[in-house]
Amino acid sequence: MIRGFSPNDILFLLGALRWTALLAAGAFVGSAVVGLVLATMRLSRFRAVRWLAIVYVQLVQGIPLLVWLFLLYFGVAMLGFNVDPWLAAILGFSIYGGAFLGEVWRGAMGSIEVTQWEAGAALGLSISQQLRHVIVPQSVQIAIPPTIGFLVQLIKNTSLASTIGILEVTREGQLTSAATYQPMTVYLVVAALYFALCFPLTQWSRSLERKFNAGR
Amino acid sequence: MHLARAVVRYGFQFRDVLAAWELFVEGLLVTLTLSVAAFAGGLALGVLGAAIRTYGPGWAKFLVSSYVAVVRNTPLLVQLFVIFFGLPALGIRLDSMTAAIIALIFNLGAYTVEIVRAGFESIPEGQLEAGRALGLSGPQIFRHVVLFQSMRSMVPALSSQFIFFMLGTAAVSQIAVTDLFHTASLVQSRTFRDFEVYIVIAGIYLVLAQVMRLVFAGGYRLAFGGRS
Repeated sequence: MIRGFSPNDILFLLGALRWTALLAAGAFVGSAVVGLVLATMRLSRFRAVRWLAIVYVQLVQGIPLLVWLFLLYFGVAMLGFNVDPWLAAILGFSIYGGAFLGEVWRGAMGSIEVTQWEAGAALGLSISQQLRHVIVPQSVQIAIPPTIGFLVQLIKNTSLASTIGILEVTREGQLTSAATYQPMTVYLVVAALYFALCFPLTQWSRSLERKFNAGR
Repeated sequence: MHLARAVVRYGFQFRDVLAAWELFVEGLLVTLTLSVAAFAGGLALGVLGAAIRTYGPGWAKFLVSSYVAVVRNTPLLVQLFVIFFGLPALGIRLDSMTAAIIALIFNLGAYTVEIVRAGFESIPEGQLEAGRALGLSGPQIFRHVVLFQSMRSMVPALSSQFIFFMLGTAAVSQIAVTDLFHTASLVQSRTFRDFEVYIVIAGIYLVLAQVMRLVFAGGYRLAFGGRS
């Protein structure tokens, strides 16, 4: 049945936006865990460990996110598992996002000068103490703007979860569009909702970056 | 652990999937066509936008930064839906391939503006003054002093953006463009071997990304000499 696009539809889309936000939050936590492991691996003394992290990043970043989602959702289902789309999506976003976040954080840690490590060592700090008290506090400041930028990327990427049947805002938009037959209005509203979520984050990331650069 | 055991127990059958290789090649060609069209259009749009953003009048600068902000803060998938499903409601009917190319150029152009602008700004003011002292006009300075030199610094960022973008074009499958990713569902419906199909697709994208990385690095060396 075709009905008009009403203010109620905007409410439904707004309601679906919380699933987008929840998906992004879950994916961010997962990506942070993977990213932290990767960044630490890149600092390892052992060449094989560093190499493994590099191969992971190359492999993951060479395959589209959509393929990861389908592999985890439809592919793993073939093995005889009942895969929950939320689990597949968060896993897929974490595998994929972790590779990016790992690179961002490694870059931030790498930008701290060697003399800082040496100063820590001269004070008799162990490697883990140097990391905790010297390197991490300084690199966090450098890492925050690109990490927020990553979050924006992630929020946009959650739209792809609609393809494995998660009812987030893009999927809700498809359903609303089919019911009202007003695709232009519906998708512009959907785009506006993403914009409302992402634009403040982008601006925040920029102003932090400026503030940090001014402080140098 | 369960998963590992299930993978071992699962009898992989690639034969039927690989028998459909012609479909994969067709899909690959569509993905390549889309990517090359988007690279060319996106680069042109990006250079134009960056030139306006750096040297243009205030209102035009505002227009370009609004365009960049809108594209960068909304998903490609939704942009595709607006153009493919939305425009026909306004009487503009596009086939899926045209809609995809328009959306991709529109999308990539915005990301390219930022990269190219950073490249333009990396040219020291003194060089522009030198150009003016030699009596070159604005467009001449842009062409001879700014453009080629800044290309050198922006090509590495552009090539990784382009490769990243090429992988992202998989989203066009959702407006029924028969690209490489769409091929997967075609082969899946013939063979019912989802897992194998997506492993093969993943492998093709992976090789494609590596090949493009080599091509860009080679092109850079050819144009500018030395290592990128």
